[in-house]
Amino acid sequence: MWDFFLEFPSIGRRDLSALRQGIDEGFRSFSRSYGEAIEIFFSPLLHFLVWFEKLLLATPWPLILIVLCGLAWVGSRSMKITVGTFFAFILIGYFDMWEETMATLAIISVATFVCIVIGIPLGILMSKSDRIQSVITPVLDIMQTIPSFVYLIPVVMLLGIGKVPGLIAVCIYAIPPIVRLTNLGIRLVDREVLEAAEAFGASPRQKLFDVQIPLALPNIFAGVNQTIMMALAMVVIASMIGVRGLGVPVLRAISNQYLALGLMNGLAIVALAIIFDRVSQSYGKRLQAHREGGEK
Amino acid sequence: MNDPKIQIKNLYKIFGKSPQKALKSVQSGMGKDALREATGHVLGVDNVSLDIAPQNIQVVMGLSGSGKSTLIRHINRLIEPTAGEILVDGKNVLAMDKDALRDLRRFKMSMVFQHFGLFPHRRVIENVTYGLIVQGMDEAEADKRARQWISRVGLEGYENNYPGQLSGGMRQRVGLARGLATDADILLMDEAFSALDPLIRYDMQSILIDLQKELHKTIVFITHDLDEALRLGDNIAILRDGHLVQQGSAQDIVLRPADDYIEDFIKDINRARVIKLGSIMQPLGRGKLPDSAPRLDADTILQDALMVVAQSNGNTVIVEEQGKPKGKITTRAVIEALHG
Repeated sequence: MWDFFLEFPSIGRRDLSALRQGIDEGFRSFSRSYGEAIEIFFSPLLHFLVWFEKLLLATPWPLILIVLCGLAWVGSRSMKITVGTFFAFILIGYFDMWEETMATLAIISVATFVCIVIGIPLGILMSKSDRIQSVITPVLDIMQTIPSFVYLIPVVMLLGIGKVPGLIAVCIYAIPPIVRLTNLGIRLVDREVLEAAEAFGASPRQKLFDVQIPLALPNIFAGVNQTIMMALAMVVIASMIGVRGLGVPVLRAISNQYLALGLMNGLAIVALAIIFDRVSQSYGKRLQAHREGGEK
Repeated sequence: MNDPKIQIKNLYKIFGKSPQKALKSVQSGMGKDALREATGHVLGVDNVSLDIAPQNIQVVMGLSGSGKSTLIRHINRLIEPTAGEILVDGKNVLAMDKDALRDLRRFKMSMVFQHFGLFPHRRVIENVTYGLIVQGMDEAEADKRARQWISRVGLEGYENNYPGQLSGGMRQRVGLARGLATDADILLMDEAFSALDPLIRYDMQSILIDLQKELHKTIVFITHDLDEALRLGDNIAILRDGHLVQQGSAQDIVLRPADDYIEDFIKDINRARVIKLGSIMQPLGRGKLPDSAPRLDADTILQDALMVVAQSNGNTVIVEEQGKPKGKITTRAVIEALHG
């Protein structure tokens, strides 16, 4: 009698393993029959990623350096950040991490692009309807809290090891903030301003593009910033399933206890993160210049 | 008498989960507080019928929570009524489909908001052109028109500023210019001057009065300020708890308050500045008019008449309309009117 209370009445080992096997088998046969189709579906993405990575590696390094510093300047309009970017990349190159850094840059850029293309429309959709919001929010919660290793498994089962599954894993991990903040930004737009647009006869489309999105832009941009940061954080984990880049040496350093190697590549990731963060943040701040009176 | 520009007929608005059910209780006589306690529904507008004459300023006045802002939003259907009818130029607004309603908002009426409702990310000029661009006007023409209106409200030189860089009074001038630019013949003003401090508010009222002399729009003006209502309104409707308590000219409201509530309202106003001689004059009676008697126009307010009346030494003062004697007034009548 007491046994009932001491031991939770569970499904039983044999049933449980049968259940697991059933699910695994089911998913395996699903990936056997559809895996190829899904791979073909994602192949443009793969080509784009490979092309971009090759472009970054084939371009002479001084040119890349100039372009990167130029982007930092255009984004931040800050000499400090631009000079910091310059020296960070000089150090990265000097310590022979240039190739890995370019590979990481490629996957981060592509992942961020994918997240923006999918995430912003999704966020807009969410802001339009409370019902859609109540469906998507828990999905985002799951995506953010589930240990990232767990969703590597189905992705690998479906697509094997390689760049595309890595990219998908990064995107799943990094997309929630941009969706959330787009939704939030649009919902936070002042009601009276919206009413004004409506009172002048704006169509829903005009309302969205002339009023809601421009006013939500600072929040949307905060989402982009978060997405980039999370994509960077995911790079190390994604290297477990065949994504080249700074994560690979870090992984090797962990399994072989190479302190210096791990530290150097880890710091390179940190440097990338800081540059991305500062540039995108100050760009986001300039977007809301009108709020503080702004420049004329 | 012209046909009314806007007709509101038996309008009800109830906020809550099942307004139609609550409507039955309201129509059988349940009040605002009772309804909230019994069903949790909020009665916004309670059986309001109002005819708004063309080219007039119709003021809708009431304290906060009286449903006045809800009422004005029914006219351009930013809020859907629970029951009732709204006609603009004889056309039923509630029967309009999306496109017709959009055209109504684009060409027929515009709106000015309490907290201005300006687009913070657009410059002053882009705010004022907004309604025109939405109408489909090409940008050069819209820009030209907007600049005219901006200078008309006295904001020349600020075209390229952002609203955030302007003071409250200036922002509402932008709001007014934006509302006027579309050339709609109806202007809805929702507590348009309430967020401004008293001096600026007075200025803005003067601007509106000047503009109206020229433009002859049909203006629906919401306010909680009685002085503002009396100064601007050709006709004033007073709301309380969603229903219409009294409507009439400023003279009607001040001289013939419908109930204690309104009497309470008008207790503190300066009667000398509101009441006009025409409203308190007595019939001339027979007999020849004394030639020496002073003459005043019927539109003279008591304040301006006081000296003349005092110097008449208790004799009659003749009240004229368009140069013709229409009535007479005595010192006693003036004092009575002032006392209320």
